[in-house]
Formats: sequence, C-alpha cells, structure tokens
Amino acid sequence: MDYVVEMQNIRKEFPGIVANDDVSVNLKKGEIHALLGENGAGKSTLMSILFGLYKPDRGLIKVNGKEVIINNPNQANELGIGMVHQHFKLVHNFTVTENIILGLEPKHGLTLNLKAASKKIHELSEKYKLDVNPNALIENISVGMQQRVEILKMLYRNAEILIFDEPTAVLTPQEILELMKIMKNLTEEGKSILLITHKLKEIKAAADRCTVIRRGKVIGTVDVADTTTAQMAEMMVGRVVSFTVDKKEQEAGDVVLDIQKLSAMGNHGVMGLNDFSLQVRTGEIVGVAGVDGNGQTELVEALTGLRKIESGSVILDGIDISKSTIRDRIESGMAHIPEDRHKHGLILDYSLEENMVLEIYNKPPYSKNGFLKKDEIRKHADKIIKDFDVRSGEGPITITRSMSGGNQQKAIVGREVDHNPNLLIAVQPTRGLDVGSIEYIHKRLVEQRDSGKGVLLISLELDEVLDLSDRIAIINHGELVGLVKASETNENEVGLMMAGVGK
Amino acid sequence: MKKSFKFEINKQLLIGVVTVFMGLIAGAVLMAFTGNNPFVGFSYLFRGGLMNVERIGNTLATATPLIFTGLSVAFAFKTGLFNIGASGQMLFGGLCATAVGLTFNMPRPLLLTVMMLAAMIGGGLWAFIPGLLKAKFNVHEVVSTIMMNYISLWVTYYTIQTFFVGAYDTESRAIPDSASLKTQWLTDLFNGSFVNIGLFLALAAVVIIAIILNKTVLGFELKAAGYNRFGAEYAGMKVNRNIVLSMVIAGVLAGLAGATYFVGYANTIQIGKMPTIGFDGIAVALLGANSPYGVLAGSIFFGILHSGKGFMNAMTSIPPEIGDTIIATIIYFAATSILIERAINTVRKKLKGDK
Repeated sequence: MDYVVEMQNIRKEFPGIVANDDVSVNLKKGEIHALLGENGAGKSTLMSILFGLYKPDRGLIKVNGKEVIINNPNQANELGIGMVHQHFKLVHNFTVTENIILGLEPKHGLTLNLKAASKKIHELSEKYKLDVNPNALIENISVGMQQRVEILKMLYRNAEILIFDEPTAVLTPQEILELMKIMKNLTEEGKSILLITHKLKEIKAAADRCTVIRRGKVIGTVDVADTTTAQMAEMMVGRVVSFTVDKKEQEAGDVVLDIQKLSAMGNHGVMGLNDFSLQVRTGEIVGVAGVDGNGQTELVEALTGLRKIESGSVILDGIDISKSTIRDRIESGMAHIPEDRHKHGLILDYSLEENMVLEIYNKPPYSKNGFLKKDEIRKHADKIIKDFDVRSGEGPITITRSMSGGNQQKAIVGREVDHNPNLLIAVQPTRGLDVGSIEYIHKRLVEQRDSGKGVLLISLELDEVLDLSDRIAIINHGELVGLVKASETNENEVGLMMAGVGK
Repeated sequence: MKKSFKFEINKQLLIGVVTVFMGLIAGAVLMAFTGNNPFVGFSYLFRGGLMNVERIGNTLATATPLIFTGLSVAFAFKTGLFNIGASGQMLFGGLCATAVGLTFNMPRPLLLTVMMLAAMIGGGLWAFIPGLLKAKFNVHEVVSTIMMNYISLWVTYYTIQTFFVGAYDTESRAIPDSASLKTQWLTDLFNGSFVNIGLFLALAAVVIIAIILNKTVLGFELKAAGYNRFGAEYAGMKVNRNIVLSMVIAGVLAGLAGATYFVGYANTIQIGKMPTIGFDGIAVALLGANSPYGVLAGSIFFGILHSGKGFMNAMTSIPPEIGDTIIATIIYFAATSILIERAINTVRKKLKGDK
C-alpha cells in the first residue's frame, strides 16, 4: 500500500505535558483521513509538526516514502503539504486572486501578471467545482466562499496533501454539506486529506479512515464505514457516552426575560443587533441559532451589560435593567456563561478558588470589612469542585491557566449555576469540549430548566440548540428571522433560516 | 498543596538570585578587562556598602526612596499598568513637601505630617492625570506618564526659580533642620549617616502594600483588572475607577519617594534634573518580581551597590561606572527573566532525568 504521508512514533513534549506520545499516522493516497480527539488530545500538535510549525522530539516523517525533515511551513509547501487554518488568513480588501498569489506573485517585468494568475485560479476552480470568482473582493463573499479561497490557495501551490483544521466550525449546515462534496471532489482528483475534527457526524459523512487520539496516544485507526459513531466516541473518551439529552415535557411558566426591540451597535460601527425581541420563561430553554457573527455577541453583551444598548429595553423579572450596571444585573438574578472563557470567564492567573468568587468576593461571608476571608472562599470553591466534578492538579489553589478547557468550563458553569440565577445565559457552553464534558454540561443546563429557571442558550452548534431547546429563535444579520418550537422543526428548516431564508 | 505554593516563591527567589549573580559576573568580567582583580573589586564594593554602621546607614538611606519608587512601579504593574512616571511623580511630590517645609512654621511633628501629606497629594495628582486619561480615552499610560515627567521637571524648575531659589541658581533653598526627616537619635545611632525616618515609612509601606495586594477586596479587584481587564468587567467590577485608583496609589508611593529623598536624604532640590531613582524603581520592581518584599530586598541590594561604588573607586583603580554597569546588567537580566526561568526549568528537568 502506498502512503503519501507516514508519521512514525512521533513524540512531542511541552513543559509539563506530553502532547504526542509515540503517535503514528499513515495517510493513503486519495483518502480522507480524520484525526479525532478531545480538546488537548494532541491532534493540532501533530498537524503542526507535519506543517513544520513544531519540531518533534522523536520519530520520523516520510512523504511519498522518503524521509524528510520539515523545519518550517515553506518546506511543507515545497513537499506539497498545505493547510486550511481554522481562522482564515486573508486580506479583506484584496481580491481572491490577489490573496491567492500573495507570497509568490507572478511578475511581468516590474509589474504583476494578475491576468495569468486569475486564469489559472479560474481553471482550478472549474476543475474542483469550487465556483469561486477570482476577481471578487474577500469582504464581499461569504465565509464559506472564503474557505474555498483558502483551499484554492493550497491548490495554487500544487499541494497534494491537504490539512483541514476544524473546517466546519464557521459554516452553516448547508455549507458543511457543500464542503464535504468539495473534499470528495479533491480526493477523486488524487489529493489526500487530513481532517482534524471532534464532530463525529462529519467523520461519518466524509472520512474513509479515522485515527483516534486520546491524551497524546493513538487509540486506534478504524475504517469509518465499519465503525459506529458511538464506538468512535467511546474510543475518544474512554467510556460509553450518551448522546441523547434526557428532557421531560414541561409547561413553561412566567416570563423571566423580556427583550423588547433591542438594538445594539456592532464592532464595525454598523448595527449588529436590530430590533430584536424575544421572551424567555421560567422552566424553559430558549436556543438562539445562527451562523457565527450574525449578532449573537451583540445580543449577549447588550443583555449582560457589556455593551451599550442603542434602543429598546431588557426586562428581567419585570424590572427594566436596560441601564443597569453589570453588577446590578448579576445581583438581580442574571448569570452568564460567557462565550470566551479565557477573555471573559476567568482571570487565568488567579487560582481556581479566587475565580469561584469572582462576582461575589465583596459580599459576606467571603469578605469582611474589606478583607478577604480565605477560609470561606476555600469552602465555597471546594463545594463547586465537588458538585461539578472540576478536576485540576492542585484543587482550589490551582492556577486556572494550567487547567484543561473542559474543567475550566465546568468551573465556570458551576460558579454561575451556584449563584442560583433566575436567568442563565449560556453562550457556547460546550465550545471546544470533549463529548464527556458536553454531556455533563448539557445535563446541568437541563437541570436548571427543570428546577424552574429560565435558560437562554446561544450556540453555533446547531445540534446542541436542537437537542436542548424548548423553543428556538433564529438570528440572521442581527435580526430575528424565525421562532419555532424545537419539537416541530428539524435541522434543515433551521439551517435554511440561519442562511437568511425566512420562514 | 502547601508545598507547591512554596515552590513558586522559591523559584522567584532563585530567579532573582541568578539575575543578580549574572550581573555580578558581568561586572567581574569588566573589572578583569580593565586590568583589576574582580575579587578585590567586589570586596571593596561590598565593604563600601556594609563595613560599618555609618555605611550601612547610608546604604539604607539610599535604599529608602528606591523602596518607594520600586513599590510604585510594582504596584502599578500588578494591576496592569506600566508606571514610567515615578520620576516625575517623585519630583513633584518632593517639590510639594519642600514648599511646605520652606513656607510654614509649625511644631515639628505637625510640619512633617503636613509635608508627607503634601508629597502624597502631589505624587497622587501627578499619577491621577494619566490614570484618568487611560480610563476615559484609553491613552496609553506609558506615553502620558513620560510626558508628565517633563511637565513635572519644568514646573519644578519654574517654581523653585520663582519662589524658593537658594544660594545657587540651580537649587532650592535648603529646608530647615526641623523640616527634615533626618532625626538626631537615628543619625547618632548610625554614626552620622544620611539615614532618616523615611526608612520606617518605607518599611511600613512595604507591609501595607503587601496586605492590600494579597488580603483585601481592593487588591483582589485591582489585580483582577490588571491580569484580565475583560474578565474583571464581566464580573461587574468597575474597571475604569480601578485604573485611576491604581495609578493614584502608585503616585502616592512615588510622591513619598520624593519626600524621603528631597527632605530626608538631601535638603535641597536641584533644578533641571530628573531623579533617576524613579527609573531605578522599574529595575527594582523587575528584580523583585513585583512583590513588595522582593522590592525591599532589591532596593537594599541596589543601595549597597550605589553606596559602595565610591569606596571601590577610592581604594582601587576600578572606575565607579562599573557599579552602574552591574546595575544595568542586572536590569537587563531581570527584564529577560523568562529566559532564566526556562534555563532553570531545563536544568531541573535534566537533574530529574538523571535520577
């Protein structure tokens, strides 16, 4: 059997952890090979080694049967290895062509030969059915299109081995299907693909083989056709995982949160949220579905007080809090699991116990006469650690920076739920987490609902919104485009609305 | 659990010691380069700082304002601000104290108290402005504190020339003995050295700042804003108010540095000269890893070097600039302490591996 890439017995150590431990992965010509693993399992490290960003401590890499040493991404490119990063690296006010030729501009004397490049890009686009207009400006095309430009960039550089790093995170369900088709087209033309992901559904839909990595070690490589998603999940986590969320039917009660015609400015000086109205009742989970960057951030920040409201009002338990400070909102019963746990959720250089009192440190019993009461703070942290199964190296005094993403998130969820809020705003509560932690956090959110609290769930994972919510609000370009009952809709309908096709 | 906490402190201490050691080695190389025996040089350098009570007193007197500026920079840094303006705050604080000392005639304890308050207010005001600019308009404090240094320099120049000019055009009138922090019993105790009661203020400040940072609600908020502004905002803390408050506290400390220097160590203000102690404060804070007790140790060490270099020069042919070079090298290594930390980690790992 011909392998285009063989990575053998790779070991890479970072201070304190072994990211890759004796990892071997072989990529066949013309296959889509998935790398599956929890966050921090070591898949990105492995791909960074292949792309020349890290040097392995041990092990060897063969490309087309020949042993190679890859010191930097340029050498990787020369060997025909290309990578589509999770965050695109495009110049927004350049055209597609200009972006693609960046770094290897075809010259015509002293001027650029854009025409020739544009023609080549057009041909490539035709050949792989990418449907990209070489002369369009990046800022005018959709995120899905931008991703195709990244793919074209690799093809233009004659890449034979393509690495996709979590490519579907920014796409709508429909765009995901198209991407899968494009990947199939690419392999049919003889390219080979390494796909990094933690989404089992996509592996099942697109990949030929799958290598599962857990805690830096390879658990096994399986043929996707012969393996169920449950089996792969078990390999990834190391135990049986339940995918369905247990949720009883329940009547929703009074209105907890009443958002009335809310508008807020976006980051680029245009309205990011426009005339948005929505109600959340006690005992229900309302999900907000939408493609990334369609006003979710503005909505959350306007609700929690991190962003100024332009017009409209936010009413919590019958009281208008539109102009309240963040602290007042917290004290009147709003809790917030933030989208970015590193930016907002934690003071990473503080210990776990300090982070657990981040919003209540100035209240008794955690402080008295302006002095912190460390004993009480420790007790509080111990309780959350126990109740929410937060695992860390040194318990309450662990510096949160050194904790895994899943445990950081569990700690935040624990802290917010412990405030016993009437309204819990959960934004991307399981982003980047492994299935084990996801299962746990989902259970906790449903518990909040069952105990008669209101939950507003904002997530880019459509499956999560569909599984957890009682009602689903769809947001597009900062506007509410649809409000449906979760029991009466499906992925396709919501997906279309997310893309802006209204109901 | 306790153990690892201790390990952290030891590591910081180890980094400090390695930093100092590297600086001394660099100094030794230079001494050897200028044809002198480094061991002889160092023995005179340290004897110059420590050999009798008078010299120890002078070392402490030199360290006193450094402790304040070091605390000023370290405190601001812990709360996420880079205070380059300690010099200007110190000069203006010193001017305020001097002005009070030269103007009012009060019983000594009252006069000294008012002078200290004036220094604190002056320094605090000088830092309040950059703090406010940062909070309201996001003006970077590095730029605004540097500018405030110049304003301080020329305001002092004008004020002294206009109101308090002394025997020479270039300095202020000398403050009366009753307005000096120098106290007879302390001077006698240290055989006539420059040491003054500012030292006790400095030691008290070290303890107070350590308590504020580690044990109080205020410290919790200020540090949170310093480590992660967005996280602090998310948690409902008043980040902008905290920025201003942090700067003011840093300024108050620097203002006290000015008092202990201009009406303690010295008794006049030279005009047109920016006190370098403000910048040395940055070095001391770096060396002390921004911890109050680290600042104390670093200041005393710098005090030894400063007061010992003259003696070294007198007894050998080693130029006194070697002392400054050692300080500069230490600053350099302290600024790159991350490299030292990595080196220590590598060595530790190797040692573990061999076992």
